[in-house]
Amino acid sequence: MSSTGKNLEAALDRDKARAAQPPLTAASPTMAVVAPAVGWLIPGAGHIIQGRWIRGILLMISVTCMFVLGLKMQGKIYAFNTGDLLDMLGFIGDLGAGGLYIVSRALDLGSGAIFRATADYGTKFMIVAGLLNVIASVDAHHIALGKKR
Amino acid sequence: MLLSPLQLSHFAAALVFAIFASVVFGITQRELPKDMLRYGLYCFSLFIGGVIVAGWAMWLIKR
Repeated sequence: MSSTGKNLEAALDRDKARAAQPPLTAASPTMAVVAPAVGWLIPGAGHIIQGRWIRGILLMISVTCMFVLGLKMQGKIYAFNTGDLLDMLGFIGDLGAGGLYIVSRALDLGSGAIFRATADYGTKFMIVAGLLNVIASVDAHHIALGKKR
Repeated sequence: MLLSPLQLSHFAAALVFAIFASVVFGITQRELPKDMLRYGLYCFSLFIGGVIVAGWAMWLIKR
């Protein structure tokens, strides 16, 4: 089969798959605010409240596991600070994890073990978990706006 | 205990990192499940490929 034929077939397959997906939801101003807020507080919940169960659960597992593994590796959780620029950025990244950050700070976890090399990996795991949660929240916002299925 | 210290090797940590980051990238950056899976696998292979290339580059620099 020619490459044009294959491309056409692939495009048709894609159209069929798209048709099988839930329709684009009508833009909901309330949901566009609530979904990212809930998604930030509880990773993946922004998708779950919009009926995207599998996506929401996968996001929840990924972000939560990454954050908890960071804690188990004795990573450091940054508090609000106005000192070193990297410390401030670390705080912003950690804050992205929402509820996980709030609970960890409340339980006084994440003091950081600087004598262990893996503790530094843990610190980065928690920052990245927060940043990934922000991406997931923005995705929930796009779904609520009807920009994405 | 839930928060007993965990020691991962550098490669194991990179592997775990790549899995979770690829899942989130796949879900958030594509619209269809098939495309999500494909993009997630693509990101995962780039993460792991990058780790291996960087590892060999550091080995060469050290020599």
